Amino acid sequence: MTSTTTDQIGASGDGIMRAADGTPLKRSLARALRREKLRSFLLILPLLAFITLTFLMPIADMLFRSVENGIVQETIPRTVVALKDWDASSGELPSEEVFAAFQQDFTEAFKNKTHTRLGLRLNYDEPGMSGLFRKSGRKATQLEPPYREGFIDIDQDWGKLETWRVIKRASPSLTDGYFLAAVDAERTSDGLQMKPEKERIYLYLFWRTMFLSIVITVSCLLLGYPIAYLLANLPLRTSNLLMILVLLPFWTSLLVRTSAWKVLLQQQGVVNDTLVWLGIIDTTSRLELINNQTGTIIAMTHILLPFMILPLFSVMKTISPSYVRAAKSLGANDWTAFWRVYFPQTVPGIGAGAILVFILSIGYYITPELVGGTSGIFISNRIAYHISTSLNWGLAAALGTILLGLVLLLFYVYDKIVGIDNVKLG
Amino acid sequence: MSSNRGAAVRFESVQKSYDGETLVVKNLNLDIARGEFLTMLGPSGSGKTTCLMMLAGFEPATHGEIFLNDRPINNVPPHKRGIGMVFQNYALFPHMSVAENLAFPLQVRGMDRSEQERRIKRALDMVELGRFGSRRPAQLSGGQQQRVAVARALVFDPELVLMDEPLGALDKQLREQMQYEIKHIHENLGVSIVYVTHDQTEALTMSDRVAVFNDGVIQQLSAPDVLYENPQNSFVAQFIGENNKLTGEVTEMNGGQCKVRLEDGTELVADAVNVDGVGGKTTISLRPERIEVVPTDQHENHVEGMVEELIYLGDHIRVRMKVAGNDEFIVKVRNRGERWDLEQGQTRTIGWSARDCKALDAVA
Amino acid sequence: MKLKLLLLAATASFAATGAAFTEDLPACDNCADSMTVVSWGGAYQNSQVKAYSDPYSEMTGTKFIYDESSNEAVAKLRAMNEAGNITWDLVDVEGPDAVRLCDEGLAMEVDVDEILAKAPDGTPPSEDFGDSLISPCFIPQIVFSTTFGYRTDVEAWNGATPTSMCDIFDTEKFPGKRALEKRPKKNIEWALICDGVAKADLYDVMETDEGIDRALAKLDTIKDDVIWWSAGADTPQLLADGEIVMGSTYNGRLFSVIAEQNQPVAMLWDYQVFDFDGWIIPTGLPEDRLNRVKNFLYFATDTQRLADQAKYISYGPARASSAPLVGKHAELGIEMGPHMPTDPSNMKNFIVNNIDWWSSYSDDVDAKFQAWLAR
Repeated sequence: MTSTTTDQIGASGDGIMRAADGTPLKRSLARALRREKLRSFLLILPLLAFITLTFLMPIADMLFRSVENGIVQETIPRTVVALKDWDASSGELPSEEVFAAFQQDFTEAFKNKTHTRLGLRLNYDEPGMSGLFRKSGRKATQLEPPYREGFIDIDQDWGKLETWRVIKRASPSLTDGYFLAAVDAERTSDGLQMKPEKERIYLYLFWRTMFLSIVITVSCLLLGYPIAYLLANLPLRTSNLLMILVLLPFWTSLLVRTSAWKVLLQQQGVVNDTLVWLGIIDTTSRLELINNQTGTIIAMTHILLPFMILPLFSVMKTISPSYVRAAKSLGANDWTAFWRVYFPQTVPGIGAGAILVFILSIGYYITPELVGGTSGIFISNRIAYHISTSLNWGLAAALGTILLGLVLLLFYVYDKIVGIDNVKLG
Repeated sequence: MSSNRGAAVRFESVQKSYDGETLVVKNLNLDIARGEFLTMLGPSGSGKTTCLMMLAGFEPATHGEIFLNDRPINNVPPHKRGIGMVFQNYALFPHMSVAENLAFPLQVRGMDRSEQERRIKRALDMVELGRFGSRRPAQLSGGQQQRVAVARALVFDPELVLMDEPLGALDKQLREQMQYEIKHIHENLGVSIVYVTHDQTEALTMSDRVAVFNDGVIQQLSAPDVLYENPQNSFVAQFIGENNKLTGEVTEMNGGQCKVRLEDGTELVADAVNVDGVGGKTTISLRPERIEVVPTDQHENHVEGMVEELIYLGDHIRVRMKVAGNDEFIVKVRNRGERWDLEQGQTRTIGWSARDCKALDAVA
Repeated sequence: MKLKLLLLAATASFAATGAAFTEDLPACDNCADSMTVVSWGGAYQNSQVKAYSDPYSEMTGTKFIYDESSNEAVAKLRAMNEAGNITWDLVDVEGPDAVRLCDEGLAMEVDVDEILAKAPDGTPPSEDFGDSLISPCFIPQIVFSTTFGYRTDVEAWNGATPTSMCDIFDTEKFPGKRALEKRPKKNIEWALICDGVAKADLYDVMETDEGIDRALAKLDTIKDDVIWWSAGADTPQLLADGEIVMGSTYNGRLFSVIAEQNQPVAMLWDYQVFDFDGWIIPTGLPEDRLNRVKNFLYFATDTQRLADQAKYISYGPARASSAPLVGKHAELGIEMGPHMPTDPSNMKNFIVNNIDWWSSYSDDVDAKFQAWLAR
């Protein structure tokens, strides 16, 4: 360094590097970088806000709903406090004070028309509660002491221990009840246990969702791989035309698609008719291709095939034909050249396609609902049912959270086995 | 063709068409001797790469037969031909290490592991990449990748190696270095090499013989020096090295020589290489370095020309002149440190020997 | 039973000219000039447009926006309520949904005598609607039923036709696929009745775990022959395609397969299950919109309008006084009376959907039912 430069930007007497204007170099660098960072931040701000608003917050809301249980404390606060002293295992009904507090709470709730909502909430834990709360309605507000007898007069169920145990159990403002229900367990007076075999459904549905999604992913791969290969190796004009055919399912409305499947797959449908006509099957033994698992697999494979083909295609497009030629010139037969040279290079495409298809199919519910009958429905169908029909949003949120957890877990496993950077969309 | 028995490769009346309408390769007959380094040289679209692909087995011949060691191979799939090949972009398998790339041809041949390792080591040492066995191709420089590609094509000891413009992606300096390396490998191993390129320097540097392709036909098949000194037609003369063209008409034939009258009336004496006889049109080919700016009596041809442009190039001075109506006439004057009184706009007499100028087929 | 009276009255179809009530329509002060009405789409919504909103528009110039979201109305209303932005003015829902919405405080309680029109003879609405007023938030429109249709051309039946609902469970005599709804409601009741439970004991039996098990065991006997439907259009389509030989669906849907599409299908009214469908007003509407809704309801639920709707679809009016006014189908010219679920000849055996019971037990039974289905 020459003396002129040290004069300008050099160590001053105190050993601190300074910029031309005398500010310490570090600070002026930090300032420059800060401006840079601020600029980057402002650039991503709209997207960040969008994602937070439309993605992160709903997910957080869902996670919260799966444990949220403020309704009991809000609706019958005095009862909750009074019930604290009651020993649920004592075999005796709560004291008159509890009933008195409950009457007061109930009257207020009736005025605000929230008593039926509480009934609906408690009905998740014990069937019959919603009817009990609705029926008790006005009568309970007009009770005179002694309240215990009064309530039991209105409905015998108020005299049942289980009713009060349910209320006491549901009192905390956070609950694990939804999660327990989502894994077919429940908390009863006898403690935590699995539901009776006949009522278990969610674990089975989770398992089936995983299994069917894997089957769908594999069949998409088996069907999509040759197509993608063909597309990647055809002249551009032809491959573009075929690509339009591949994308056609995207542009067909769900209704049209579903009708088409029905026309094709039902027992009096085109496929069966053709098989009968060809003499392959007898008309009395027509195949059941729809309204069961087969229907779900066929229809979902059809819908999701493009998601497999597109990443495969874009990866294959980048693989020069000279690799296979090189392998062959080195003495590999067609199969070895494919398996040891071509196939490994398509693995990133397979990874991307399989992840896409698998995750999409795990969350699908309309198609299984329409063509899956009873054996082809997914966990998402139950989630949809709890969202729109039974309105048990807490349970739906718990199921959704578990599904989310499963997907993340699978991502993690995939990352460990294949490596997440080994995924290429093109 | 019985005289050619024993050739490493033989093309017999081979034709190739992709679309059924035009022939990309027209009636090719070619013998390649064992141990020969033969280059297929030509502009793009001349059919040279197609010939290579047919030989490798990636394209079927439309007509004719290709023989490998006298065995017809039209129906032999590529992997059974036992031909090593180096591709234009190297085609190193990106998901395998260098050593795995080299092991590939050995594995598919079922070679035992120790033999594999021995050969891989030998091949890597040959290209001076002994330490790079565990690297991935992407971690190597272009030149290193190129050498791995060569090593891979040779590791299973093929008798014939095909190279499809293998140096096209390298910079000039590296390219020249690799030319020598490949030449040395060829000399050391004694394999036959068929080399495809559009770069004439490469062809001249490395080859035993060069087949100049144009329009699906071999224009000339000769050793590099013959190709340069004695081009058989105007295309070859023009394609190989720098060349001056003068068009005219044959006025007199005299043994191996002929007299040619140019369009402006100048008469020249030239080697009659490829002319139709008296009255026929011809193009005279003349190398720029064979022209003397101070001609003597030994030079049969003396012509007036005007200096249009002088370019100083260190070892020589490049002079563009207007001669017999052709203002792209180039003369290379060796720089011997003397002062040449060449100036722009000057008109002076230049000359050359009759044997240095070849009367070839007329070109439009 | 009061309900039975209503249903019977609804079918006493003597011809009478409907009194036009339009001149009585009260003036609407501080009313919004458009309304968003939520309904089911299809033929049903069309009947509402023709019978209610078109004439009302003509009289008042109100603009109607129809939203075909009734099947997810409860969930959407709850979401709107949480977001604090109610965009719907009037929602057409089935009885159970109305009860649910009322329980949740999402629907407004209404005094029908205060806001609806009296019958032509002066009967107050609360009396005229009678037992169809299943919830304080509910303004009834129609009675519909879920019942069975069967194909009349099944060769394997050798000329026999089902006469009793329990023939559904007889796969020996009536082989072939059947369609049932992918929900426990109605299926459980039917199964128990065919298993020998008296109608009067039905819900007592169902309240026990054994009762549900018994119903599922009965359904097990035909499980392999059942295609489970979830959309009302499924069964008519499956019947028309010959995919099933019999199946449950809404009576109006079957009417259109039989009368409009002329398919070889017939109705089996035995043990039809009655339900009500009607309006609810979302809570929290601004005053001008609420005024408009009330004004519209006064018009759309009067005796003549409810009778008019039956011209377009074969569902029975929920008002006793409308029944005599039911006439012919607007396009087909068919006398609609016999096609009403409430026609006496169709009502030899019937069940009325027990909304109270199901609102308490549907979650529980549904879980069992779905677990049973999945096995």
